[in-house]
Amino acid sequence: MAATIAEAAVADPAGTGPDGTPASGRRRLRFLRGRKTVVGLGILAFFVVIAVVGPWIAPYDPDTMGDQLLQPPSGAHWFGTTQTGQDVLSQILVGTRGVLVVGFVAGILATLLSVLIGVSAGFLGGTADELLSLLSNVFLVIPGLPLIIIIASFVSDTGDLLIAAVIALTSWAWGARVLRAQTLSLRRRDYVEAARATGESTWRIIFFEVLPNLTAVIASGFVSTVIFAILSEITLAFIGVADISDWNWGTVLFWAQSNQALAQGAWWWFVPAGLCIALLGMSLALINFGIDEFVNPRLRTETGASGKVRMRVGFTPVVHASEPRASGPTASEPRASLARPPLAPGTHDKEPRP
Amino acid sequence: MSSSEPVLTVRGLNVDYGTGDGAVHALRDIDLTLHRGEVLGLAGESGSGKSTLAYAVTRLLSPPGVITGGGVHYHRRDGGALDLLALSATELRAFRWQELSIVFQGAMNSLNPVHTVHSQLTDVLQAHRPELGRPERTARARELLALVGISADRLAAYPHQLSGGMRQRVMIAMALALEPEIVIMDEPTTALDVVMQRQILRQLVRLREELGFSVVFITHDISLLIEFSDRIAIMYGGRIVEEAAASAIYRDPRHPYSDGLLHSFPALHGPRRELTGIPGSPPHLSAMPAGCAFHPRCGKAVDACATHVPALAAPDGDATRTVACWLHHPAPATTPPRP
Amino acid sequence: MKYLLQRLAFYLVTAWAAITINFLIPRMMPGDPVQALLSRFQGQLDTGAIDSLKALFGLDQHRSLWQQYTDYWAHLLDGDLGLSFTFFPTPVGEVIAQSLPWTLALVGITTLISFLLGTGIGVLTGWRRGSWMDGLLPVTTFISAIPYFWLGLIAIALFAVKWPVFPAAGGYDGSLVPAFDWPFISSALYHGALPGLTIVLSAVAGWILGMRNMMVTVSSEDYVMVAQAKGLSERRVMFGYAARNAILPNISGFALSLGFIVGGTLLVEMVFSYPGIGYQLFQAVGAKDYPLMQGVFLIITLSVLAANLLADILYMALDPRTRREA
Repeated sequence: MAATIAEAAVADPAGTGPDGTPASGRRRLRFLRGRKTVVGLGILAFFVVIAVVGPWIAPYDPDTMGDQLLQPPSGAHWFGTTQTGQDVLSQILVGTRGVLVVGFVAGILATLLSVLIGVSAGFLGGTADELLSLLSNVFLVIPGLPLIIIIASFVSDTGDLLIAAVIALTSWAWGARVLRAQTLSLRRRDYVEAARATGESTWRIIFFEVLPNLTAVIASGFVSTVIFAILSEITLAFIGVADISDWNWGTVLFWAQSNQALAQGAWWWFVPAGLCIALLGMSLALINFGIDEFVNPRLRTETGASGKVRMRVGFTPVVHASEPRASGPTASEPRASLARPPLAPGTHDKEPRP
Repeated sequence: MSSSEPVLTVRGLNVDYGTGDGAVHALRDIDLTLHRGEVLGLAGESGSGKSTLAYAVTRLLSPPGVITGGGVHYHRRDGGALDLLALSATELRAFRWQELSIVFQGAMNSLNPVHTVHSQLTDVLQAHRPELGRPERTARARELLALVGISADRLAAYPHQLSGGMRQRVMIAMALALEPEIVIMDEPTTALDVVMQRQILRQLVRLREELGFSVVFITHDISLLIEFSDRIAIMYGGRIVEEAAASAIYRDPRHPYSDGLLHSFPALHGPRRELTGIPGSPPHLSAMPAGCAFHPRCGKAVDACATHVPALAAPDGDATRTVACWLHHPAPATTPPRP
Repeated sequence: MKYLLQRLAFYLVTAWAAITINFLIPRMMPGDPVQALLSRFQGQLDTGAIDSLKALFGLDQHRSLWQQYTDYWAHLLDGDLGLSFTFFPTPVGEVIAQSLPWTLALVGITTLISFLLGTGIGVLTGWRRGSWMDGLLPVTTFISAIPYFWLGLIAIALFAVKWPVFPAAGGYDGSLVPAFDWPFISSALYHGALPGLTIVLSAVAGWILGMRNMMVTVSSEDYVMVAQAKGLSERRVMFGYAARNAILPNISGFALSLGFIVGGTLLVEMVFSYPGIGYQLFQAVGAKDYPLMQGVFLIITLSVLAANLLADILYMALDPRTRREA
């Protein structure tokens, strides 16, 4: 997914028009209109609300043990109970906050790092670029999860924020690499060259000319990092490296695993947490698809075709209208001027304007 | 060497981008005839539909392009005609390159970067001439390269190892591999420098004389067309607005748009013209003006131009050419005769 | 050749960086967990073992950081990774040597299968857009968002507990002695099936999506249109032109996502108690066995680098642009 962003970016870097003018704000927000993005944002909003109000709406204290041991879902316990009679639903509700906090804090930190390193590398060029690129490539190749596990297990007191920082430290490299490539291509654009020629300061150019055009790429990198951070955090909790006294979905799975929930057939103990992870991950992935398709319109699933006509590369469909066409449209014929501009013109007429 | 016998006829061709309510009309009511052995030039600004026409005729138009009406017929030497819009995918594959080949614009991206020149010249032989063995295919590939003046040792080269001019020659050699009846050249030389451009076009003219194929030559550079083509069709806003012999277009353009185009490029031969260009810019397909699409930019527009689309017809007293302009046809009544 | 040498140099730098990170982590962290371990095992360790642990974890405060660094390298180059506390007194090197083949086989085979399968499906979905296969996309998106280990848990719950078709844990039947004979190999395959399927199912989704998007992007390249115009067979256009080019970025992506895949498979090993290094890492974490953890991290990193090098060689074979003219 990230690879396509990088590739597409070469074709049409960061939502700039074909003539190299900076994208307008309205165009930049257009990706919000896609169906995938809307679904993704909807699910994400749901979890954010849970993260905020979770501890208040939880029907039980997640730590309190009850006398209903290992009960399947019922009216009193929607997601059933654990071996010690704790309410699984309450654990999930309370645990949502930790998941999102770590995910977003790690995402923000890693994005800041990647922007700092990637944009500097791309903009400064020369030796600085080579060193920074080397640094990000090294971090890209070193497997992140084992490194996170090692660092986290050396630290005795592993709070959420520390976990987030460690995850950020190991996951900024991909974003930095994509941003460097983007910045390189932006740097050669006319309007940036012009700004340099008129003696604008480097930082001013970076903040006002370069960064606004990297929004889509930065956003996509951020979302990817959040996905990675959430998975890593849950993994750490699941294998017992992170502090298991804080509730999050991984902790629920940790207790389920260490109490042999599987062997006892207590599916309700580990299914809800996993489904939540998958739903949240999918919502973020959908948002990223929206950004992807916005950056690279070729990826859109709906190609402007209605269900009847099969579009196929290399074999243009022939559709004969059922009623004979008027030989020429007149002023009274309705115009399609409000239609979405087609994707194809410009693909074929590439000649420079006379 | 051109004859009056047609090799490709296009009648009432309509092309849309997209379907349903979102569709925009890219080509409207195109009538065009390519005669055996002639070079037919297609001229027009960006977005006038000239490339769309070339790709629609071969049904290569990418999604969301849809052909919504009209007919395209290929005429064999024996007199039989082939309805290109009715062919199945298999029949179309057999027809392509065998009868009609294309030199695409931008040779940089037209060659597959991961295959050698040899592989790309011979795969087309393998597809259409299964009876040829490997040595024969290689021999033919050498022959083709020699035809365009490239030494045979370049067969093993990959596209990135060739210069821009060489890649374009390879594309031309490839287009001639099966000795087709028709070669469509879509901006074949736009990416090249002027010297290379002329060199390649001369070579093309020579090859056409040797092999006797017909050419559809698409470019926005009308001075090139006047030099190299027999007849010229000028397109604007998805329609053909004028069609005549190259010399007639040059001496006596009838459509104001043709006139404007001629004044946009420096002439290579003959008296210098004043370069005035055309005010304004071509309309977007989704916002085509009513009536004659050119009327907002036309200095000679009359009332009818804004409401009625002029048909492509012979101007008074001259059966050798056609033009779609109310200046040359009796203007219609002020109220529209039909919807 | 130049390209390969560049990559080789890069991997050497990365290996050096990983080893140095490994050296620095225990020295930068607060507290001395290894010292605590040492005192716990006091009397059971011979002087050689204590020396090597001190060198590896920087417990000798009298030596400068640089001296510690050279000591560290000396021990590493000797193949000495210290003693494992989980499997006391087995050296870490031996523990890893026993478990690495299991991981290499499991990860290697499943990664290869999921890459080939995912790329193949991705080629078809990207080429035939608008066909029924587009319906697979939401499903693959959902699957790719599921953590590997949770899918493993579900697989165990379904196919080992509810319908006991496959064993829930282990790499082979405990009654067998590891040997290169049919009973042992078939038992290993039988035990590996469920973890393997879990990994393939999790990983294949990412490859499908990546390849589909690359196919869509490449399908609108000019050379694909030329191939269609040449009237080549659909197979030749789809594989020889579109897929052949679309796979290149996917191979670079393969190299880059390997670290991620390895992370996921380690977790699957943990869930299935599969005798590979992921399971060892899990046990090491539980027992605070730092020498084993660090050894596992080093060996994973080096394996990933080696796999990356293989991917680079493959890329070089597939993309003529990386081969410079002689």
